[in-house]
Amino acid sequence: MRLLHYWRAMMGIVGRELLRFLHQRERFISALVRPLVWLFVFAAGFRAALGVAISPPYETYILYEVYITPGLIGMILLFNGMQSSLSMVYDREMGSMRMLMVCPLPRWFLLGSKLIAGTAVGVLQSYAFLGIAWAYDIQAPLMGYVWILPALVLVGMMLGALGLLLSSLIRQLENFAGVMNFVIFPLFFMSTALYPLWKIKESSEILHTLAHYNPFSQAVELIRFALYEQFNLDALIFTALSFFVFMSAAIFGYNPSKGMMVRKGGGAP
Amino acid sequence: MTELALAIENLSFAYGAKKALDDVSFDVRPGECTILLGPNGAGKSTLFSLITHLYDSRQGRIALCGFDIKKQSLKALARLGVVFQQTTLDPDLSVTQNLRYHAALHGIGRKAADNRIQEELERLNMFERRGEKVRQLNGGHRRRVEIARALLHRPSLLLLDEPTVGLDVPSRQAIVEHVHALVKEQNLAVLWATHLIDEIAADDSLVVLHRGQIKAKGKLDYVLQTTGANDAGEVFNKLTEGHKG
Repeated sequence: MRLLHYWRAMMGIVGRELLRFLHQRERFISALVRPLVWLFVFAAGFRAALGVAISPPYETYILYEVYITPGLIGMILLFNGMQSSLSMVYDREMGSMRMLMVCPLPRWFLLGSKLIAGTAVGVLQSYAFLGIAWAYDIQAPLMGYVWILPALVLVGMMLGALGLLLSSLIRQLENFAGVMNFVIFPLFFMSTALYPLWKIKESSEILHTLAHYNPFSQAVELIRFALYEQFNLDALIFTALSFFVFMSAAIFGYNPSKGMMVRKGGGAP
Repeated sequence: MTELALAIENLSFAYGAKKALDDVSFDVRPGECTILLGPNGAGKSTLFSLITHLYDSRQGRIALCGFDIKKQSLKALARLGVVFQQTTLDPDLSVTQNLRYHAALHGIGRKAADNRIQEELERLNMFERRGEKVRQLNGGHRRRVEIARALLHRPSLLLLDEPTVGLDVPSRQAIVEHVHALVKEQNLAVLWATHLIDEIAADDSLVVLHRGQIKAKGKLDYVLQTTGANDAGEVFNKLTEGHKG
């Protein structure tokens, strides 16, 4: 009976997120426009300047557009994770977060369900992007589109957990923009999304080390390898570990006796 | 002896050095409407956050239907219905979608949920508007939907945090009457936070909170007698030193 309660609650939370997503078509379109601009404009422009040599998982020389496609999927999931956390800060300000928190289920489960709901939306967006990229002649092996699913789910959960953690730290919506600049831009630009590690190493050792240990780099590599039907164990372990750390910290942040909400005084979830 | 719907014992809470609640104790029984009266900043919202387990109490104890909110929080919360001061409905979803979401969070299946939704909305004359987006409803109707939602899982205790703020007089009156009818007909226990004196009925119990401390508690008659006041308004002014809300 208790299991049924958990199942119904999770379906309710995921269903609500999908309904909201369907009602907000502009959110879907803007989530796609951003990576498509990078693909059609940025990548096309830099094709000549940024040649990419053969490196795994690629078995031949590739166009720059092909190289950045996994990075742009990472971008979709990154923005989706941040959007979810933004909506949690909004929910908290608007009070609907309170409704979730006063229902008779453990916090970890409620936050986990929120995360699954956000990830489901991110995965849908990623496949829509891959569909457009396919039409643009960026085509991976067919089975790669199946292999990529668990990678998308794990990366979506990891970035969503980071978003959850941020939402537990941020009291007001206005503070969010600043944090976005301090989180999204460093994560994205200091990663392998736009350029391979060896290329970064050529310019700076420090930057190379930072990019290597950037959880977003590992997430992008996990996606990149999966899309070409390959398994990257290091990236998987690193991404899973990052998920665990971010999620644990987010659960702590939303704990009614230990979390940041109490310490800040008055900012009830 | 009837089990208490809400028992608060020696509850204290502080935000850092600032004390928000100081040794607060009172009970709410089934079939009783208790009005929590206090000006802004009295500690009402903090008290509600503690009862709903949004915060943990560090000193004192809160029990809902005998379940300790800290140790048995899930059992306690299952018996609690809440209407917060701010509306907490999703404006982009319909009335039914909002209520189904709440039912799912309480583990109620679709069929049972739809039956209860119909029952609660009909009682509040809102069933005809079930398909409308919440955004299209006025403030009074949104409040009705929130009350219907808070009752969907059949709670023993209903918490209302200033639910009539910003509503016109007929909407306020309708909500006051509806809640008092629920107390009588369904033996529901209600804790209603307000600073609006005219929402108090003659047979309500009163808890007057000011600067985190209880200044008076008991049936309205008893409080009038012990404070020497003529009406609830005078009680409020006397015990809160004429504090404007």
